Amino acid sequence: MSAARDAILGRIRAALGDAPAEAPVPRSFRRAGTADRAALIAGFAEKASAYRVRVELCGAAEVAATAARLLGERGHVRLAVPAGLPAGFAPEGFDLVPDEGLDRATLSAVDGVITACACAIAQTGTIVLDHGAGQGRRALTLLPDYHLCIVEAGRIVDLVPEAVARMEPAVKAGRPLTFISGPSATSDIELSRVEGVHGPRTLDVIVVRDA
Amino acid sequence: MSTDTPVHEGPGILVERPFPAAARDALKDAQLRRNIGKATTTIRAKRRNAVAEMPDWEALRDAGYAIKRDALRRLDENLLKLDASVTAAGGTVHWARDGAEANRIVGDILAGHGAEEVLKIKSLTTDETGLNGALEARGIDAIETDLAEVIVQKGGDRSSHILVPAIHRNRAEIRAIFKRELPDTDDLTDDPKALTAAARRYLREKFMTVPCAVSGANFAVAETGSVAIFESEGNGRMCLTLPRVLITVMGIEKVVPRWDDMAAFLQLLPRSSTAERMNPYNSVWSGTRAGEGPEEFHLVLLDNGRTAVLADEAARDTLNCIRCSACLNICPVYERTGGRAYGSTYPGPIGAILTPQLDPSAEAATLPFASSLCGACYEVCPVKIDIPRILVHLRSKANAAKGTTGEALAMAAMARVFGSERLYALAQRAVAVGQRPFVRDGQIRALPGPLAGWTAMRDLAPVPKQSFRGWWAERKR
Amino acid sequence: MKISLFIGCFNDTLFPDTGRAVVEVLERLGHAVDFPLAQTCCGQMHNNSGYGADATALMRRHLDVFDGAETVVCPSSSCVVTVRQAYPRLAAATGDAALLDRARALAGRTFEFAEFLVKKLGLEDVGAYYPHRVTYHSTCNSLRGLGLGDAALKLLRGVRGLDLVELPGAEQCCGFGGTFAVKNAETSIAMLTDKLAAIRGTGAEVCTAVDNSCLMHIAGGLSRERSGRRTLHLAEILNSVEGSMAS
Repeated sequence: MSAARDAILGRIRAALGDAPAEAPVPRSFRRAGTADRAALIAGFAEKASAYRVRVELCGAAEVAATAARLLGERGHVRLAVPAGLPAGFAPEGFDLVPDEGLDRATLSAVDGVITACACAIAQTGTIVLDHGAGQGRRALTLLPDYHLCIVEAGRIVDLVPEAVARMEPAVKAGRPLTFISGPSATSDIELSRVEGVHGPRTLDVIVVRDA
Repeated sequence: MSTDTPVHEGPGILVERPFPAAARDALKDAQLRRNIGKATTTIRAKRRNAVAEMPDWEALRDAGYAIKRDALRRLDENLLKLDASVTAAGGTVHWARDGAEANRIVGDILAGHGAEEVLKIKSLTTDETGLNGALEARGIDAIETDLAEVIVQKGGDRSSHILVPAIHRNRAEIRAIFKRELPDTDDLTDDPKALTAAARRYLREKFMTVPCAVSGANFAVAETGSVAIFESEGNGRMCLTLPRVLITVMGIEKVVPRWDDMAAFLQLLPRSSTAERMNPYNSVWSGTRAGEGPEEFHLVLLDNGRTAVLADEAARDTLNCIRCSACLNICPVYERTGGRAYGSTYPGPIGAILTPQLDPSAEAATLPFASSLCGACYEVCPVKIDIPRILVHLRSKANAAKGTTGEALAMAAMARVFGSERLYALAQRAVAVGQRPFVRDGQIRALPGPLAGWTAMRDLAPVPKQSFRGWWAERKR
Repeated sequence: MKISLFIGCFNDTLFPDTGRAVVEVLERLGHAVDFPLAQTCCGQMHNNSGYGADATALMRRHLDVFDGAETVVCPSSSCVVTVRQAYPRLAAATGDAALLDRARALAGRTFEFAEFLVKKLGLEDVGAYYPHRVTYHSTCNSLRGLGLGDAALKLLRGVRGLDLVELPGAEQCCGFGGTFAVKNAETSIAMLTDKLAAIRGTGAEVCTAVDNSCLMHIAGGLSRERSGRRTLHLAEILNSVEGSMAS
């Protein structure tokens, strides 16, 4: 193994020789946006909707009721929930199954999953999970066919670089990240978009205005 | 024995025919022309819109270019740092000098687990090395999980596009392949939704049961040991999350120094590739993690000719490529011939510069000439690879490798004529006289030898009796 | 302004009327035009075809001819791109710093004809009259190499009597590409076929551009079609005035 490593490193060093150092990397692209909270919420909602995500807005006190209404409309009853999901996010009157090492078959069989997120991006309508408290391990938001994600408005950033900066501590702590922009989709057949290939076929988002 | 030169164990990089011959067949296929034309036109328009809403697109391209240049300039450092950080995160790093060595490493790991099947996320790099064939020879069945790759694999076919490999197939053809190859497809219609659902059913069972997976990588971050996969369908997430063993094979040029570098690429790649603001899923992981994802993670760092590209300063930017496929979609040659005419994992403009650097054959050396140098590829490239400039450079290398050909002699003779005002003026008059046997009704309709290609479909106006310099001299008198 | 004409071997030999039109338009506008007779070929074909050493020799020659010129104007976008982009690279590759300086300097004062009229002289109406339906093909070298933008279109809009129709897919290559048209003749023709269909669709009598190489390619296809449609370099349209025998 180290023979291959030494050989490749040797080739690289021979290839580069005494090539001059590169100029400093220009990073003059936008690093942070200027939108206020209302604009961030509106921007995120617009961009997420473009992926046919259903986006609902509510106040902090109304999350559970809004979730209950959405789930009721979808006809979902049995939902997996991660450890650390804020109490106010859990709708009443549903069969909530805490993820304490649920097996794959169980995860595939629930109607859906409810999670929070680490961050969301207005520019692209993306939600970012760092799989910490309230978000669960990666399989939790992958195997169920429906994902309801609750986004606190204070977690919405304007631009992608802001999300990258915000996620830096999680990455440095070795946590995985999942960027989710709409339900899973393919355009492999004649470029016609089909939603729901392997990940959740439906993604709903509740944005909590004042959280 | 591992070698200094690329070794591919399959048809990934195997240019079997000169481009003009391969293109001739492709150009005859009206169905292919229609499918590819429709696809490239659609995605071009979509990309234009996705880019137009970014006021800082050019600044992003500049950053993308500079990050890649800088990462390559310190490639040894970055790879060592990546090796250390992945290892610290619980992963195992392997180095492979060529494709055969990478295939052997992957095969050994899988054999060590007694694997008979392995899940695969679409990976150009393992297509390049011919991994699937190498595993098959060891009795391991590689199961492609990207929808297009399923279509290609089950159709016994070869990819025609980096991003949408089955773009040459229409829904009727895909239905026929699925009815033949997938279970429970008796009532399958040609609706893309139904076709997708059939693939989902077939793959779901595989995701739930197969314990090993192989992926490529879009990026790896040296400082954090993170690997990133950009995808749309969720097959990537399945393979990265559910199996017990994950093996990632990545070209050494995919490493970037810092996590912050992803701020540029998370914007450049999706808009250039699927032409979306963001593709549905981007996964980032570092090594292994208790209670979450694979228990065993292997990262295979592949050279396979990349260091030779690095050594050629005039072609080094080839390694900037992030495999977005924007250059394919904009290329007028690709649009007419499709990807398979390029005989390589890497088709289109990027293939025309990358393939001949990975495959030293005379056939591959025809690829840099498969371009009108229109420059559209450079304009859309998110990492600013000046593909036309590199094409010209590789043309020079191809000519030099061929030595003294008739063409080289003709070019030298013309250079001599252009080197002297007197010879040049004489030649102008000689052409005006020499063309006479070919002029019919004021046009040249047929030419001999290498120029016959011109008059196959095009007339040529004859050379006028008086040149411009003749007119100028007369006027001055 | 003292203008030195860089004609390009292609125009000199095959399209002398284009050169004549450039001279006459510039003189009509009150400029003195000089034609250094020692010029031959800039080396574009050699460079693009992968014969860099031959191209470098021709570059040295071209620099000798035009080093002393104040402003160089050329009616061929691809020749101008060769001087602007290939020359500095070829010169840099020799390691000769003085040569690189000369190449950069000439690159900075060589202009394509339409570019010169619109961007340097600030003109859009040069007093031309051309009562025909015309469509404009933006050559790849003018569009992407020079960044000509809509300079040629502005000039065409300034021509009296001219009915300008937009060419769909104008940014697409016509398939010429120098030796590409011969080495990959079938692909080149497939590209040309689509370009001809687009031209046909406009109903234009004339397709114009700022480069006779692309126009020769398009004209070769139009001639085979027997449609009567033809090509004409922009300079020749701009040189058509009332009472002239504009063709």
